[in-house]
Amino acid sequence: MESFSVHRGTLVPLDRANVDTDQIIPKQFLKSIKRTGFGENLFDAWRFIDEGEIGKNPNERKINREFIFNDPRYQGVSILLGRRNFGCGSSREHAVWALFEFGIRCVIAPSFADIFYNNCFKNRLLPIVLKEEIIEYLFGLATGPQALEVEVNLETQRLSVETADDIPFEIEPGRKEALILGLDDIGMTFMHSDEIREFEVRHRESMPWIFSHDQT
Amino acid sequence: MTKTLYDKIWDAHVVGQRSDGATILYIDHHLLHEVTSPQAFEGLRLTGRSPWRLGANLATPDHNVPTQNRAAGVEGIEDPIAREQIITLDRNCNDFGIRQFDMTDPRQGIVHVIGPEQGATLPGTTIVCGDSHTSTHGAFGALAQGIGTSEVEHVLATQCLVQTRSQNLRVEVTGRLQQGVYAKDIVLAIIRLLGTAGATGHTIEYTGSAIRSLSMEGRMTVCNMSIEAGARAGLVAVDDVTLSYLEGRPFAPDGELLERAERYWRGLVSDPGAEFDLSFELDADELKPQVSWGTNPELVVDIDGVVPEPDIFDDPEKEEMAVRALKYMGLEPGAPMTELRLDRVFIGSCTNSRIEDLRIAADLVRGRKISSALKSAIVVPGSGLVKAEAEQEGLDQIFSDAGFEWRDPGCSMCLAMNADRLYPEERAASTSNRNFEGRQGYLGRTHLVSPATAVASAIAGRLADPREFM
Ligand code: SF4
Repeated sequence: MESFSVHRGTLVPLDRANVDTDQIIPKQFLKSIKRTGFGENLFDAWRFIDEGEIGKNPNERKINREFIFNDPRYQGVSILLGRRNFGCGSSREHAVWALFEFGIRCVIAPSFADIFYNNCFKNRLLPIVLKEEIIEYLFGLATGPQALEVEVNLETQRLSVETADDIPFEIEPGRKEALILGLDDIGMTFMHSDEIREFEVRHRESMPWIFSHDQT
Repeated sequence: MTKTLYDKIWDAHVVGQRSDGATILYIDHHLLHEVTSPQAFEGLRLTGRSPWRLGANLATPDHNVPTQNRAAGVEGIEDPIAREQIITLDRNCNDFGIRQFDMTDPRQGIVHVIGPEQGATLPGTTIVCGDSHTSTHGAFGALAQGIGTSEVEHVLATQCLVQTRSQNLRVEVTGRLQQGVYAKDIVLAIIRLLGTAGATGHTIEYTGSAIRSLSMEGRMTVCNMSIEAGARAGLVAVDDVTLSYLEGRPFAPDGELLERAERYWRGLVSDPGAEFDLSFELDADELKPQVSWGTNPELVVDIDGVVPEPDIFDDPEKEEMAVRALKYMGLEPGAPMTELRLDRVFIGSCTNSRIEDLRIAADLVRGRKISSALKSAIVVPGSGLVKAEAEQEGLDQIFSDAGFEWRDPGCSMCLAMNADRLYPEERAASTSNRNFEGRQGYLGRTHLVSPATAVASAIAGRLADPREFM
């Protein structure tokens, strides 16, 4: 997996609470058996006025000018500023794949839904939790005539914007290390294979009924 | 030290600590379906890995199987993309040797219906599935969590999930349910109380007399929607109701093994005095049938209530959410809920498609006709076995006589990945669990209700109070 340490990009403010994964990538696009191909349908029902379907040519679709992602200021964005409980609802990892493929590398919000938050780390997308006041402040900066340029430094755990002081953020040390080193999550757990095997032997003895229908 | 039920299950499954500080948690059972697994299997192939413990896995297609004209099998699925996904699941299960109830198997159904039905969902176990409503299985005192596709691959490969311990939240539901009020109303009222993020980072344990007197089906309905309050999982402690449900099910233990298991299962309750990080209470005596009016499951009112004014929310963010919801739903504040005319009614989904749900619905509709104003009203049983049982009891006939369509099992209109769906601006009463924008079809308008309320509404052609039909 590629590593993540410093990212610079422009920020798009999405001023809605409880953005759910059904909105991030509507279900009609979940039929793919691949991990790619979701970016062009990110926020499909909000970005477009016509109904989205697999295979529709994005260039022939009716664009919803009112949606912030279609604002000329926010083209080529890579950081998303959101509100409370971002990514709630369905566990679909396709939501993270869609954001990433669209170009989003970092989502900043006051809180995230658990499964979405976890899914982000598996895909090199950095979710950053900041206090409501700071989020409010960033919304203020981001809605000016110019899009806001932000540098996200994962090593130093700071966000910098030109016009203001750096903003520190918290992240669990293990998750940070895995992102920076680009560690393979399964590989990390495999380093504990012996422990898993030993646990399994004990577990099988104490709760044999769990294993009684295992195929041999 | 006193422990909560969650703590007990967690502690019994800790394998160790990873260098990044996260806990490696052993997973006893893994359920798979066609939508969130293909990329995980592809990952295994690319890295040359194989499943750690084959017997831990059980797969079935559910999300986009058609619910009618199934005689031609997989090849008969019209939607080429859905067909490919289902064929891919068949292939992956064959290649890797995973047990599957495929589309033609009489035991096929919604993953969260078939796990318990087969006795594969056992108390005190850890269960995961690439689906957020895995919380359903918590009704058995099992720690059941929804995961993403990368985690599906991780669990396939390592039989473990990497996690940090969650916090404990208790919801005590006191009193007893009045006539016409059901488990679905309890859980809608809980989400109304907690909010969609109220339980984030927590596992909810449901306690109290009203929960204890629910059947396993009812408990599953409550646990199912834990995720809608943001919880990682929901739990109900083990009691006689749990144990008698499990008796004789194919995957459940029997004989001496069962006796031994039961001794352990009996201990799966929170210790007296165990500490919860958060606690809430709800009085079932006062509870009326609930109905959602907005575009997330916390925007709920009593069925005899009115569409609320957005300014009932003190929080400006929520007020704005309510304004947007009103617009999307095409509603005016102050309108009585029971005046809202419907286009479609859906009875089904992992929340309310079990035999008890169908019995409640059939009882209410027996000898009546649904409104001719409806464009469709469908009943989709949760599994092939539920369907067979219902047919044996003649429920299918009752539904058909009343004007409902009787379908084959699957997720169906819960997420509208197959042909069952709402069209723009159509309004539906639905027994499913999510009313997000577009969830049941592009620009569709969903009102979440219990099966009884769905039936009453189908008869009336508008949202209706089931108590008026009893
Ligand atoms: S019935 Fe609905 S909520 Fe349940 S698993 Fe299927 S799609 Fe998900």
